[in-house]
Amino acid sequence: MSEKTKIIIVAAVLVALLAVTPFANSFVILLITQALIFAILAMSLDILLGFTGLPSLGQAAYLGVGAYLTAILATNYQFGLDGSFWVVIVLGMMLGAVTAAFFGLFAIRATGVYFLMITLALGQCVWGLAYRWNSLTGGDNGINMPGRPEFGIDLADDLTFFYVVFGFFVATLVVLHLLVKSPFGRSLVGIRESELRMRILGYNTWLHKYIAFIIAGGFGGLAGVLWAFLNGLVSPEDVILTTSVDALLMVVLGGPGTLVGATIGAGVVVFLREYLSTLVTWWQYVLGGVYVLTILYLPGGLMGIPERIRQRRTLSAAAERAKAVSASQ
Amino acid sequence: MLRKLITGRRRLFPLSAVALGISLASGPAVAAEELRIGFVAPMTGIFAQIGKDMSNGFQMYVDEVGGNFAGAKVTFILEDGQGKPPVNVRKAEKLVRQDKVHMFIGGLLASTGYALAPVSTRLKTVYISSIAAADDLTQREASKYPLVVRTGWTSSQPNHPFGAWACEQGYKKVVTVAADYAFGYETVGGFQKTFEDCGGKVIQKIWPPLGTKDFGPFIPTIKDSADAIFTLMVGPMSLQFPKQLAAAGIKKPVMGGGTSYDEFVLPSMGDEVVGHVSALQYSAALDTPKNKAFVKKYREKYGKVPSYYSESNYTTAQMIHEVMKKTGGKWPGAKKFVQLISEVQLDSVRGPVRLDDMRNPVHNIYIRKVEKKKMHGYDQEELWNTVIKTYPNVSQFWTYKKADFLKQPVYSRTFPPCKHCE
Repeated sequence: MSEKTKIIIVAAVLVALLAVTPFANSFVILLITQALIFAILAMSLDILLGFTGLPSLGQAAYLGVGAYLTAILATNYQFGLDGSFWVVIVLGMMLGAVTAAFFGLFAIRATGVYFLMITLALGQCVWGLAYRWNSLTGGDNGINMPGRPEFGIDLADDLTFFYVVFGFFVATLVVLHLLVKSPFGRSLVGIRESELRMRILGYNTWLHKYIAFIIAGGFGGLAGVLWAFLNGLVSPEDVILTTSVDALLMVVLGGPGTLVGATIGAGVVVFLREYLSTLVTWWQYVLGGVYVLTILYLPGGLMGIPERIRQRRTLSAAAERAKAVSASQ
Repeated sequence: MLRKLITGRRRLFPLSAVALGISLASGPAVAAEELRIGFVAPMTGIFAQIGKDMSNGFQMYVDEVGGNFAGAKVTFILEDGQGKPPVNVRKAEKLVRQDKVHMFIGGLLASTGYALAPVSTRLKTVYISSIAAADDLTQREASKYPLVVRTGWTSSQPNHPFGAWACEQGYKKVVTVAADYAFGYETVGGFQKTFEDCGGKVIQKIWPPLGTKDFGPFIPTIKDSADAIFTLMVGPMSLQFPKQLAAAGIKKPVMGGGTSYDEFVLPSMGDEVVGHVSALQYSAALDTPKNKAFVKKYREKYGKVPSYYSESNYTTAQMIHEVMKKTGGKWPGAKKFVQLISEVQLDSVRGPVRLDDMRNPVHNIYIRKVEKKKMHGYDQEELWNTVIKTYPNVSQFWTYKKADFLKQPVYSRTFPPCKHCE
């Protein structure tokens, strides 16, 4: 499939989503919005995991700082509830990026499982702050948002908010797509494949990874701001390890290094977690089963399915040809 | 598949085989009023057992009346809140938006109560907090949540009389050991307030984190000069603390917040808790015909002694039924419902219950002592919370004037201040 066809398919699916959503019931609209927000988080992680080869287990930290910033500004200063919403978006991204810039100083020097452990520990630090800094974060109780912004358009309307989140999602997808196609993005892939070789070629691989880490943090912060407004509650539960693991699994499930895969993964996980759980009590087995099967049979994630089918076809075609050849002899 | 997702499949819990049987037997059901009740409780995770107790209590009452609240057919929809506030919010959203429930009930932790209350305001749906005891929901923040009704209790409510009781026992100095979160602060705060008002002194406050299993670092620091220990433990902590206290050879009298010795944990406890005293609005050992019947029936049905988690939700269902009786089975609308339920006066399993003007129950508080004995005609010796004193009709403000009480900040880690800490 050519690059162009792929883009057309993605665009068609997005347009379809845009067209179908208004007809869904209002709870499903909420879930679609949630899936898009987590897709932004998952894509930001995909930059690290899929393109740079850095398995970060602390992505919830950036979601957390973005969400807490939003909640604190909204409740203590009534800021971000009108046109200043856009300022909060920028601030949220900046705080995510700054946090990542700080954490990156510790994390980037490590690789593989050590990187995983350090990011996990740093993520837990943010959780610890959220849980214990009572005066600022409300501790265990979290912070209730006073409402969603209104500036000409009223985001309290779920469909309107969906359109706004959709806009941010598409923007993120486009920006990150351009990023990974840029020379900078190609060098990230180079680092993933062989950091040593990149270093010998004269690339400052530390700086490349550091910048990728900061960008991922920034988009994580964006997801956090939107999440705070969607859920209406910012709680330490949002920042716990489970959220980071979820983000990681979304990427792995969808297919690392594809961006679109992260989005599909986010959709699947959110709907299994939030929708299936309202239907059956054993939804956790389904979620677990999906993870296990994906890792066993689809190392490339759900995005790897077309490739698998093609492989199988070529293989069986080759086998048939071989049979035909042997039969004719 | 897509269509299914979009239109949304609903999981309706048929109330009981009985209810179903009746409706089947009577042929095509008459288009009666339907009362849709959503229920959020932890069904998975560490609080799953408590969640079961909660929903069982509610379900039992609904089953008793055959799923019929004065002509309204009750549809009970249970959702798993996993014991996490954000998940509870999502489930409540689902119940209101998709299932179009008339009200949602439940929430376990205080933090969950604080999370669910705004949802009720935002979605203009009644929320009945049957367990979550966060003080401010019906105190300083009550005006923000006009559609919130509490049928349970505030954390400090039973501990106000408990402090006065401690004075009567002649305790002068008390050390508190309580779980380090809002519920712990409010429980200790209520106790400290009244205990110090009648001349007692809290000389030390120890805050082990929620979920502590090893109290080794905390127990040795308990001051020797204390006459008694006041404790608040939650979940597995309740089991470990008395054991380790006994192992450390500390023989001081122990008082505890109600959940430390709930019927829910008693069967797993050993003799080390015998003699410990706690305060709550319910005890399964309450010697009234109503309660005896309730305990027997519950135990027969679910195989265990009901905890206050079950009782509270059973009574909640009963109160809703009372409202529906008044309206003749018609849903009166959210605002009117809140008004009607505030007027309900009930002789419930726990004793007489009515709501105050901030929509929190006024009910008896029982001082309960853990004893090993036979009760309600069961032939085995078990641990029971024997009621040793009853404070009748206790409101969330105890004997204080409402306005004065609301002027002070909500009980916290630093309020009331520890003036007598040595």
